[in-house]
Amino acid sequence: MREYRADLHVHTVLSACAEVEMIPPLIVEEALRKGLDIIAITDHNTTGNALAVRAAAAETGLTVLLGMELQTREEVDLLCIFDTEAGMAAWQSEADAQIPPLPNDPERFGPQYIVDSNGDFLAEDPRLLQGPTQFGLEEAARRVRALGGLVIPAHIDRPHNGLMAMLGLWPADLVADAAEVSYNMRPSEARRTFRFLPPDLALISNSDAHWLDWMGKAITIFELAAQPCLEELRRALQRLDGRCAYVP
Amino acid sequence: MNVGEIVEHLGLQVLTGTDHLDGEVSGGYVADLLSCVMAGAEAGDLWITLQTHANIVAVASLLNVAAIVVAESAPVPESTLTKAAEQGVVILSSSQPVYETVSRLAALGV
Repeated sequence: MREYRADLHVHTVLSACAEVEMIPPLIVEEALRKGLDIIAITDHNTTGNALAVRAAAAETGLTVLLGMELQTREEVDLLCIFDTEAGMAAWQSEADAQIPPLPNDPERFGPQYIVDSNGDFLAEDPRLLQGPTQFGLEEAARRVRALGGLVIPAHIDRPHNGLMAMLGLWPADLVADAAEVSYNMRPSEARRTFRFLPPDLALISNSDAHWLDWMGKAITIFELAAQPCLEELRRALQRLDGRCAYVP
Repeated sequence: MNVGEIVEHLGLQVLTGTDHLDGEVSGGYVADLLSCVMAGAEAGDLWITLQTHANIVAVASLLNVAAIVVAESAPVPESTLTKAAEQGVVILSSSQPVYETVSRLAALGV
């Protein structure tokens, strides 16, 4: 087994609320500086910059997973994380169909920039991405898993868009690979505080970074038997064959 | 006043729990965040909400509220209706928005 330091919740300039410094080369540089081995790019309702960050990380040894922070109909934030471009693209097209047709107002909410691996401007996403989609929580989770992705409800302890605040208790029909607690709460405290968390559910922590400094603010250590990939992470979350995942 | 009488007065639609309309209503509570509802609503309350996730059934059942009133004719998913029917939880639907629904309840003396 080898230990890998992971931060699976990082925003880029494609999230209206993220700082303009969150561009691929700087994200990669910061991840390496913080000693991270694995990051996942998770912008609100879009995967549009994930491949650019992966490209920026080529030959650095940093593993970049392709993700999205989907907001469900119930206004619960859900990390949806993929390994392959095909899985990510299939999920993006399903999510696109559930995004309400409202325009973003960059003046009020901030701009949403799609950039290349150098961080150079390619386009602005005109849609209002920071808000609920029409996807119900359990249905979204089922679809992501059917497409091979990891499903992790984000910052379940947070009063805004955290699962526990919105839905009060862990939904009986929700199948997830893990749940994320914010840096405010230790996983052990979450287990004592929240009702009906499945006892075998892995609890992890990530930074939810919207600016560079914040990256690595909270991390999860994965003990893996092979090079990091989504399947290895899934096995670690299930504690299979000596693998594990824990918050240091 | 019981749930059935309120259904009559406000012209509400009974989505589930037709056999449980005799429960007395002792008060009301409004919220869509289920963590707030768990902390604030009481047994016998009529709970007015736009939240339709299946967890509303678990919360209503835990607290023993008299009925859930879904405002604005918000569509209630099948998974929620099935659970409510199984657990004997009353879900009512109001065509009016929350404000109007609550105003009418207040006028009735709830």
